[in-house]
Amino acid sequence: MNAVLIALLVLPLLGAALTLAPVFGPDRAVADRRALRLNSVVTGAVFLVSVALAAGFDHGSPARMQATTDVSWIPALHVRFHLGVDGVSLPLIVLTALLTFLCALYSEKRLPGGEARDAAPDEHRPSGQAFVGLFLLLEVGMLATFAVLDLLLFFLAFEIVLIPMYFLIARWGSGAKTPAANRFILYTLLGSAVMLLGFLLIGSKAGTFDMQALAAAHGHGLSHTTQVIAALAIMVGLAVKAPAWPLHSWLPDAHTAAPTVGSVLLAGVLLKMGTYGLVRVLLPVVPDGTATLAPYLGAFAAVGIVYGSLACLALARPGSKGDLKRLIAYSSVGHMGFVLLGIASLTPVGVNGALFANIAHGLITGLLFFVVGALKDRYGTADLDTLSGATGAALYGRAPRIGALLAFAAVASLGLPGLAGFWGELLAMFGAFDPAAGLSRPAFVTYMVLAGLGTLLTAAYLLIVVKRVCMGDPAQPAPVDRLPDLRPYEAVSWTPLAALTLVAGLWPALLLGLSDPAVKHLLGGG
Amino acid sequence: MLAAHTAALGPHSTGQHTVTSLAVANPGSLIQSVDWVAIAPPLIAAVAALAVLVTDLFLPERHKKWLGRLAAAGLALALIALLPLTGWSPRATFCVRNVAAATDTPPVGGPAAAGCSYVADHFALVFQLLALGGALIAALLSMHTVEKERLPGGEYWFLLLSSATGAALLPASRDLATMVIALEVASLPAFALVALRRDGRGAEAALKFFVSSVTATAVMLLGIGFVYAASGSLHLGAVAQGLEHAPGQLKPLAEAGAVLTLVGFAFKVAAVPFHFWVPDTYTGAPLPVAGYLSVVGKAAGLSGLALATTVAFRPYAHTWGLALAVLAAVTMTVGNVGALRQRFDTRYSAVRLLAWSSVGQAGYLLVPLAAAGYAPTGADPLGATAAYALIYGVVNLGAFGVVAAVGRRAGTSVDDFRGLFARNRWTALAMAFFLLCLAGLPPGVIGLFGKVVVFRAAVDAGLGWLAVVMAVNVVVALYYYLLWTARLFTPADPAAVADGAGARLPVSLTATLGLTASAAVVLSVAPQLVLQVAGGSLF
Repeated sequence: MNAVLIALLVLPLLGAALTLAPVFGPDRAVADRRALRLNSVVTGAVFLVSVALAAGFDHGSPARMQATTDVSWIPALHVRFHLGVDGVSLPLIVLTALLTFLCALYSEKRLPGGEARDAAPDEHRPSGQAFVGLFLLLEVGMLATFAVLDLLLFFLAFEIVLIPMYFLIARWGSGAKTPAANRFILYTLLGSAVMLLGFLLIGSKAGTFDMQALAAAHGHGLSHTTQVIAALAIMVGLAVKAPAWPLHSWLPDAHTAAPTVGSVLLAGVLLKMGTYGLVRVLLPVVPDGTATLAPYLGAFAAVGIVYGSLACLALARPGSKGDLKRLIAYSSVGHMGFVLLGIASLTPVGVNGALFANIAHGLITGLLFFVVGALKDRYGTADLDTLSGATGAALYGRAPRIGALLAFAAVASLGLPGLAGFWGELLAMFGAFDPAAGLSRPAFVTYMVLAGLGTLLTAAYLLIVVKRVCMGDPAQPAPVDRLPDLRPYEAVSWTPLAALTLVAGLWPALLLGLSDPAVKHLLGGG
Repeated sequence: MLAAHTAALGPHSTGQHTVTSLAVANPGSLIQSVDWVAIAPPLIAAVAALAVLVTDLFLPERHKKWLGRLAAAGLALALIALLPLTGWSPRATFCVRNVAAATDTPPVGGPAAAGCSYVADHFALVFQLLALGGALIAALLSMHTVEKERLPGGEYWFLLLSSATGAALLPASRDLATMVIALEVASLPAFALVALRRDGRGAEAALKFFVSSVTATAVMLLGIGFVYAASGSLHLGAVAQGLEHAPGQLKPLAEAGAVLTLVGFAFKVAAVPFHFWVPDTYTGAPLPVAGYLSVVGKAAGLSGLALATTVAFRPYAHTWGLALAVLAAVTMTVGNVGALRQRFDTRYSAVRLLAWSSVGQAGYLLVPLAAAGYAPTGADPLGATAAYALIYGVVNLGAFGVVAAVGRRAGTSVDDFRGLFARNRWTALAMAFFLLCLAGLPPGVIGLFGKVVVFRAAVDAGLGWLAVVMAVNVVVALYYYLLWTARLFTPADPAAVADGAGARLPVSLTATLGLTASAAVVLSVAPQLVLQVAGGSLF
């Protein structure tokens, strides 16, 4: 039993339960304010606990599971309440806690109200209490995904996030929010149901659902056919979540419709659950099956990189009515393609790069969605053509701080050396250049070339976006007259992301030192 | 039990040999020593039914509501009577020795149960818990309905208890004749219950239900006749033996008999293509009766189907295994597609949706049964069906309870649930929880694990294709459950708000919702409570 990791899950759960209790007073506005304050307090406490977890983590042996708890929960199904962190999951847990805390701070000042924010009468507005309850439940699911070490618990955690995210999109979103939310939940549920079948097959053949035991066995006792079938099922399930091309089509709609905090968490954390699952489950548990399927995963990843950047390029073109949030969503498809390519290489270099790119994408895209969400709030739309007008939105002139942050996030996203986006994608391509023994080198080199092409295209569209949004003539007629610059609460919730982007770019060993031993352990099975 | 008597008396009255053996040794083989503790649960329900009927005659009109309390108390007592049976090895009664002697290998029911007509093993106990518990919740639900719709109290409670008696007897019966009797005891009062609502719909629904059900029974009786002719016995274990050693020319007869018998049970489970009665019957019946049929009626059919297939027709395991797998796949698909096609704004759409969804759920319930046909160990996957049926029973009755609470007028539509959260947040939250449990998504954790055990049964048995079909169905079903859930939280029309605001729930409805919701929450925190059923063999 380890109290820290349990507290990490129990705190937000208690917070979510508290929102059901009638403790916020009868007045709507006051109750909402109190609930949102509670949200910040709870997520802040969770973040502190995660920092404590990181501080207490034995950095000398990140391959070892630490802060473990292992008690029987459902003996009939052999489900154990098994928690633990190692160098792979620790950064993701801290990232999750940080992003949720920042989102909670942000929403305290700017509760997303959906489209009816100003028009609807008070009682028709979705309540802050409900928002907080769902938000905290979402946090439970996200943290649990990275903390559990039992296949069925992993599946459970995977499913916990669906309902809160569904309602965040459907109730607090904008535009075609209900179809987007439906599409999101149906896609991901189909994926996770298929993944469950893979888990059950493994459990049926290996006799246990414990990830550590299965990883230690490293595929022994599972026939090649079983491994391939299980790997296929799990890979398809996780690829929906990641998302890998061609299973990504839920993502752009969900991002476009979601409120800002929903987009941030969706891109920053939920997508990582898919790639984390690939590293945590697929690589160590069914290594033979993964090796058989890795070239296909790599191919889909490479296509996804190019496809994502081309889609973004099309959206960034003047006159294409491109939505900025949609554009960033497509750019996520490209970035997650790098992560998948790194994993598919099955080398320590590639997988380390994938994990690094995971974190980097969480920081950078989180920041991008924050900034674009703020723009959408100010302009009332995220339509690139409306924003930029004839010459460009001229943020440098009209709101220089926001413009600078957007430009910063954009160049970080395109992989400028010295910022977080660089290392992960570079290492992923290195991994593809020299894939693990048994994988076809020419194929992976082709993927690497495609990925390289993707980085060029990425640079192209992001620079176009920066040009159209940040530059331009400040004097031209704009959709809104007054454009407030960075507000204090925005500064508070965005600065940590920008700072960490810089830190991770300048000092990659901070993350790689944690993940490398753990990755070698997972790949080697020793 | 009838069969036990005839079988016990048969050799005695016809054969000289038995008479002499009676004189010489072991006279106990002919004296029925009844294990009253073992048969207590259905017996108490039956006695309560008679007590209600008699009390009704002497009770003045203003005290009629005591009948409902009496019925509920009887069911609660019957549930308590299950307790002393739990810790023991299976208790059997109504046994005949000569059947036991004829079997050289112990049948699935265990050596003690070889020639017995009533066995209180874990399988029986779990399904009795479901039947009696479901009936109890339905009774709580009914108290308000009986009063509001002014249904005849004495008849209503008598019929409900009689039907529950049959449903509780069925899982414990171990010969085909007792099973048929139990099934009819469970069904016949149900027809009358459906007809109790005094409008055109009730009568039509009851007639539809009656005609199709009686046809199914007739078909089943014919099948049992064939099986008896081919195997020479009515006891399930002995039927299995007899079918295995049946002479070649009787094989077609035996197979036809098995198929016809299964058709009867498939009707009760509302498996496709015997599901057409479900939506009309549910909408025509009083709401608690619809809930009762969806859980207890289904449990009765399911337990009968499980016994007939896994015990009696064991030699044909691969045949019925495949047949049930196809049946399960078709049933869940048709049920979910039917539910998907429901329009939310029409009258009765809430009950109609629950009816179609119950057809879909019946498909899931059949999956482990089909898996039992493939499992080398025999009956192990049945635990998954039992566990899922228990979970489904709790949450489905809860959902019916909320429909009853929301339905200020007859024919509640799903759109009537708009804005329920604003009007009555706890009812809305309970409904959301029930629907998510039915869909199998957290926070409805227990629904999720219920699905997991069913999936596991399919995967373990190598029925990968069925698992994939079910996965797709779970996603399809999620769509309509989720649309309904979302309705609870969207703003209502101002008119509807004014209509239902401020009304307090009747105590019995509150009790029902409280009971089912807290049971679902407790099970979500500690799924082992119910999933232990799925841990090993039930027999």
